Amino acid sequence: MSMNRQGRKTNIDQSSSDQADAMTVSGNKALQIEEPILFDLGDTQTTGVDFADVAPFESRLNGLERIDEFGLVGLSEPETMRHYVRLSQKNYSIDTGIYPLGSCTMKHNPRLNEKIARLQGFMDIHPLQPQSSVPGAIDLMDELAHWLMELTGMKAIALSPKAGAHGELCGMMAIKAAHEARGSTKNIVLVPDSAHGTNPATAALVGYKIRSVPAQEDGTVTVASVKEALDDDVAAIMLTNPNTGGVFEREIVEIAKLIHEVGAYFYCDGANFTAIAGKVKPGDLGVDAMHFNLHKTFSTPHGGGGPGSGPVVLSKRLAPFAPLPFLVKEGESTRLVENANDRVDETSPFGRMTAFHGQFGMYTRALTYMMSHGADGLKQASEDAVLNANYLRASLSDYMSLAFGEDHICMHEVLFDDAFLKGTGVTTRDFSKAMIDEGFHPMTVYFPLIVNGAMLVEPTESESKASLDQFIEVMIVLAKRAKQGDAEPFLNAPRFTPRRRLDETGAARKPILRWSPNNKTST
Amino acid sequence: MRYLPLSPDDRRAMLAKVGVDHVDALFADVPNDKLLDKLPDLPLAASELEVERQLSQMAARNLSAGQSKGFFVGAGAYRHHTPATVDHLIQRSEFLTSYTPYQPEISQGTLHVLFEFQTQICMLTGMDVANASMYDGSTATAEAVLMARRVTRRKKAILSGGLHPQYRAVVENMQRFSGGDLVQMTPAIAEAEDLISQIDDQTACVVVQYPDFFGQISDYSELAEAAHVKKALLIIVVTEIVSLGAIKSPGSMGADIVVAEGQSLGCGLDFGGPYVGLFATRQKYIRQMPGRLCGKTVDVDGQQGFVLTLSTREQHIRREKATSNICTNSGLMALAFSIHLTLLGEKGLRQLAMINHANAVQLADELGKINGVDVLNDSFFNEFTIRVPGSAHDLVEALAAKQLLAGVPVSRLHGDGTLEDLLVIAVTEMNSAEQITDLAAAIEGEIS
Amino acid sequence: MSKTYYTKKHEWIMVEDGVGTIGITDHAQEQLGDIVFVELPDPGLDVEQGDEACVVESVKAASEVYAPISGEVVEANEALGDNAALVNESAEADAWFIKIKLSNTDELEELMDKAGYEEFVESES
Repeated sequence: MSMNRQGRKTNIDQSSSDQADAMTVSGNKALQIEEPILFDLGDTQTTGVDFADVAPFESRLNGLERIDEFGLVGLSEPETMRHYVRLSQKNYSIDTGIYPLGSCTMKHNPRLNEKIARLQGFMDIHPLQPQSSVPGAIDLMDELAHWLMELTGMKAIALSPKAGAHGELCGMMAIKAAHEARGSTKNIVLVPDSAHGTNPATAALVGYKIRSVPAQEDGTVTVASVKEALDDDVAAIMLTNPNTGGVFEREIVEIAKLIHEVGAYFYCDGANFTAIAGKVKPGDLGVDAMHFNLHKTFSTPHGGGGPGSGPVVLSKRLAPFAPLPFLVKEGESTRLVENANDRVDETSPFGRMTAFHGQFGMYTRALTYMMSHGADGLKQASEDAVLNANYLRASLSDYMSLAFGEDHICMHEVLFDDAFLKGTGVTTRDFSKAMIDEGFHPMTVYFPLIVNGAMLVEPTESESKASLDQFIEVMIVLAKRAKQGDAEPFLNAPRFTPRRRLDETGAARKPILRWSPNNKTST
Repeated sequence: MRYLPLSPDDRRAMLAKVGVDHVDALFADVPNDKLLDKLPDLPLAASELEVERQLSQMAARNLSAGQSKGFFVGAGAYRHHTPATVDHLIQRSEFLTSYTPYQPEISQGTLHVLFEFQTQICMLTGMDVANASMYDGSTATAEAVLMARRVTRRKKAILSGGLHPQYRAVVENMQRFSGGDLVQMTPAIAEAEDLISQIDDQTACVVVQYPDFFGQISDYSELAEAAHVKKALLIIVVTEIVSLGAIKSPGSMGADIVVAEGQSLGCGLDFGGPYVGLFATRQKYIRQMPGRLCGKTVDVDGQQGFVLTLSTREQHIRREKATSNICTNSGLMALAFSIHLTLLGEKGLRQLAMINHANAVQLADELGKINGVDVLNDSFFNEFTIRVPGSAHDLVEALAAKQLLAGVPVSRLHGDGTLEDLLVIAVTEMNSAEQITDLAAAIEGEIS
Repeated sequence: MSKTYYTKKHEWIMVEDGVGTIGITDHAQEQLGDIVFVELPDPGLDVEQGDEACVVESVKAASEVYAPISGEVVEANEALGDNAALVNESAEADAWFIKIKLSNTDELEELMDKAGYEEFVESES
């Protein structure tokens, strides 16, 4: 069997002798208010929305009226407000404090973005109302496309993908369509073993076989290793740049050349574009397709896990294959081409990724962010993001263990391994839980898989020096404490959260995925 | 730049700590000639006021639904009233600016909401389990087809002619690239469709829409039975989720997978996104389901709490063997959906659905009286199809010029030069009785 | 007369009357941590030596279990269906995964005996 040691126990038995002392009559703890599950709170006859009565009429429902009660619970408006406000208070957020989740780019979300997205002329328009009635919306898409293409030096764009992984899928489909158009049957995609799991998942979904390219110690790929893996069956390579360890691929230009020489394409995962926006154009490096994560680089909100938005820029060679819908300029105006039958010269769209035109509400936010920064501000933001990460690297190198050694600069994120915890009885997980008690969101842990007990720290440009200094101070004390053999506070952490460590094993062995009267439990 | 807290002094001090003179030393791994020596050819930083001014001008050039003289556009996205509470709550920092709940101890708010959301979806659709949402209805449909292929180990999907044309295009695209087979039925507007005879022992699934793209409401119970006899799955797609406050659940008809567009509750129109895909299935298929799942558990003190679970199905673990390549869900829109549905409750949802239906009945009756207009449906919820003399596209454009947004010409979506005289019209609680009468009069005026 | 063999992929196979009972080793279950789910093939499936035959899942990992020998799957251990924890409790006895009717007994010669496996595990760590 294949072995993967990520599955070590997630829970340790923890005694909580002081638990009884901490109990209150209500179960609440001052600002931490316990909140029941909605279905234990209300009933099906309560509603928080008032409607006028409907005069009797003859229905046209084909005799399929829904008669039986189905259990949806309603609350009045004040009860609804409280329910969700109380729940919100159990979440950590960027607005709460530093959220250095590597690879996720948790930067400040300007509220101007939200205000612009809610302008009536953007929010209250329908994707299928006549295009003649929405010229401003089409111009906004065109303007966003212009910014993204100029920042990357690429020739075309597919705006519609709904998130990063969807953009990846779009890019790989464009590559496959381009191969098919020239009758090529190449069927292998090269993926470094340091890549994010979506890369191989995406390539496999469009029918490619994966050939793994061994990465160097720092996760980068060399010309030599690509040469080794390269043959005439290779259709594409998928590289993340900067890579998942926060390192820029030094040999990327030569790798792109090699790939192009065998008639293959270069897909770049742009998840980490935040490090290089305004500093480097991926088009100059030989990239053929790259997706953005607008929620990462361009600050559209992460929203507790989406919505994302994953536009894909394409090189000249892939441009004709961009999916529907796409924008074409006709004289002074721009229109959206929505149908395959609507032939436009020099285009050969491969198909459609989604209904309608993509995440327009994210386009408005991302464009607002880019216009606010301008070319100069975007460059400065990338530099600050990289400086902040290197400042953490330099400040923590004596106390924690840098995965790639002390002299290795990083881009926007810095990777530590768990060597500094060796023999302490404290794991990466324990260490991250102790950070929670200190009021920080932990970094990304156990990713990338190329180092043991990975801790990937991405501060972003949004953190002030004071904030970083506080973070550094606490990390140093925690690291010292662990090394001194004081494991107890780590193993018991977190102690001050609304819930402490949760039983993930039990949740996976006997999944309870919905409320039902049978699994009702009191809080 | 107002979003960047570092001062020039900070930067100098930090560079010194790092041990370099210039920030470009940190970009040393970038091939020298590839580091830009001048700024990209784009405008420079702008104040909040300036950005707002420019983008407001762009917004003002669009005819919004609220400013129009009547808005009847649907076909997969519907204009409903969203209570003010919803938009207020989803803008709370703790919901808006948090991410996927990787650290459950400090994400119980998001997880708790997802658990309630999954339960609401199960109740609405009449299914056993639901995931924590997908990108939208169309991509959820494609994912459902992929799931049916995994479950049945067969490749063929049969798509009803009543499935939204763009959903069909999305499934077609996914099937083509992933090596699946496809049978597409020709649209049979408001007529019975013989899907049963198409099902054979190669069929992974049959995909139908309920109510269908043309508004028709059909009972799919027999189809479900026929599919199950051949060990194929029935996928029922719902694009107007409010309809389930009025008509039987897809689960009660025997659906194996139900996917839906949840935009109608909590989300605006937003020119097509972000919306929220809903995905529900039977208990026995949970490990074949794509997307994130939230499960209930306990913490070390025995207190009830929630975690993401069954994550081994996902790509970060299974890589090329993952059930799907999807990484994010549509968290914030799922939250908006869930809050709106909590405000409505079952009682409110039923009332809302009935108002929608009553308004649609009023419009259908008024249009039916016009010479030259045929209402094609004998059943519908809040949307139906009419045949007009000549081009529906021209009619819609002419009315739009008068700021009346009358519906979607079927030809815009089919785009193959057929069905040019068909118009799909949606009516919701947003349309007053007066607007409905005015639309009928305006259509009569244009065609006579 | 039965005999048990081991693979470098941490499977064991006990062969008796031409049928091999297959599971993962105690060492493997310990490395994986709490097992939450085991995916088993349907009886009747023909497998080649080295094919992926089962999947064993812990909370954070999914690992393939490969067929140590070629043959036809004749039985899958239904007891694991609702009690994957059994793998942690009794990996090399009650928590067997599948039984395969061997099609080529020569393949057994490539496998290790208990002492050989223990040596292998030692050398791996």
